[in-house]
Amino acid sequence: MTVTAVDPGLAADARRERRFFLALSLPALFIVGLAAMLPILWIIRQSFLTTGGEYTVGNYEKVLSSGLTWSALITTVELSLGTLAVCILLGTPLALALASARPRMANLLMAFVMLPLWTSILVRTYGWLVLLRREGLVNAALTGSGLTAEPLPLVYNFTGTLIGMIHYMLPLFLLPVYAAMRDIDANLVRAAASMGATLGQVIRTVVLPLSAGGIFSGSTIVFIYTIGFFITPAVLGGGKVNPLSIRIERTLSTFQDWGSASVLGILLLVLMALIGVMFLAARRLMARNKVGAAHA
Amino acid sequence: MLEAYPDNRLARILLWGFSALVMAFLMLPTLVVVPLSFSVSDLLEFPPRAYSLRWYENFFGSATWMAGLRTSLILGTLTAMVAVPLALLACISMNRLGGKAASAIQGVLLAPSIVPGILLAIGLFFVLAAQGLVGTLFGVLVGHVVLAIPVACIVLLPALARFDWNQVQAARSLGAGWATAVGGIIVPQLRISFLSATLMAFLTSLDESVISIFVASGHNSTLPKLMFLSLRDQIDPTIAAISTLWTAIVVVVVLIVTLRQKS
Repeated sequence: MTVTAVDPGLAADARRERRFFLALSLPALFIVGLAAMLPILWIIRQSFLTTGGEYTVGNYEKVLSSGLTWSALITTVELSLGTLAVCILLGTPLALALASARPRMANLLMAFVMLPLWTSILVRTYGWLVLLRREGLVNAALTGSGLTAEPLPLVYNFTGTLIGMIHYMLPLFLLPVYAAMRDIDANLVRAAASMGATLGQVIRTVVLPLSAGGIFSGSTIVFIYTIGFFITPAVLGGGKVNPLSIRIERTLSTFQDWGSASVLGILLLVLMALIGVMFLAARRLMARNKVGAAHA
Repeated sequence: MLEAYPDNRLARILLWGFSALVMAFLMLPTLVVVPLSFSVSDLLEFPPRAYSLRWYENFFGSATWMAGLRTSLILGTLTAMVAVPLALLACISMNRLGGKAASAIQGVLLAPSIVPGILLAIGLFFVLAAQGLVGTLFGVLVGHVVLAIPVACIVLLPALARFDWNQVQAARSLGAGWATAVGGIIVPQLRISFLSATLMAFLTSLDESVISIFVASGHNSTLPKLMFLSLRDQIDPTIAAISTLWTAIVVVVVLIVTLRQKS
């Protein structure tokens, strides 16, 4: 179809129409630029400014030489890795169960699983406070059944924060894993079974390798979200858990130190970029291995 | 998927038992607040010794909470009113352009949903502070619109992909302008997706807390911001009442959206 190349009038029309369609997305792009891109650029600018508005690298020296920054960085990574590990442990078997259920049943159960996704993070955080505090339901059950003599410190600490974050991320992790398992051809499982593979072998050699892509996507989502989590550590951490997000808030509102808060923000961006690059590299490696396996 | 293993009873029981526990874990915090919200005492005892509507009265009788609710509802409505038309235009643009241009636009529009909320929040705070706009409804609104646009796009893009563009061509050849084509053909035919996108944009704003915490203040504080401040100080059962109402509303909205999409 080289009509546009032949007829200059039609080509001009096609170009005009393209310009018109491009223009349609301008309002949305403009507001994203104004309220998302500009703020990020502003953080970069602010990180080089003193409180008086002069240029300096002092903020970087101050933040990077502070032990608090590094312990915040470690806490951030610990929370992300901890959340990811438990999501994989809890989410993969649940996805397997849902994917092996009948479609009607699976849809119904998925609706229940998605319920927390639709409830406000503050509602859920409040629920966990009620459940996990010293006089809370979980501790009452633990001491009542004699499992522990004393109530356990389950909230206003690292444990509580981790529980809240796992609860937030699990449905988001589950979605891609469930989708990947649902797409597995049941004939493959049947074929393996007819050749005498046990259930454990089928799961290990058929189901898990074929859902690796979904587990990988789920893990990426967990990392991207948890790196900047704010509400959960702020409420369930009780001031004792200080990832980067909490340090940013404290530096900004308690110390009014906009420069240092911006440096911490940039640290968070760098961490995100690093993890992004790592995941991309891992995905490329996985794709290459798959191609290699196909050739072998 | 595992129907080739019908007699592996033990594995099945273990798998479903484990799954039931995980599902209980997922639902527990949402459900536990419901009975507490009807409790008569402020001790958060479980099960409550006696029931009352005390905490609901507390919520609806408090000027502060009501102002927060009002702000959140206004903000959600404005967000949906701004974000959905912008998203619709952008989706038409992406659908018609296709190829690299469409992917580039989509990349930019979806980017805010992966940037940590805290970064958007402090960046927006700096920008608004430079303009003297911190604490205004406008500041929170632009933040929420940026978060609602990707959500609306996710609903509208697949709907537009199913749309038959010959209808628009026909209308245009009969002399209809683009505005008439969009308002008279595209929107009515996509009304279910359009309604879903509107509700999702509204919920996105209603649910957003981090930008509100940093950018909203005074009488423009949203309900999530007030809840956050209250949670930091003490465990007030009024929050249980708000949570119960909130969950009820969200469940109803999600039910409407999914049922309408099915029909």
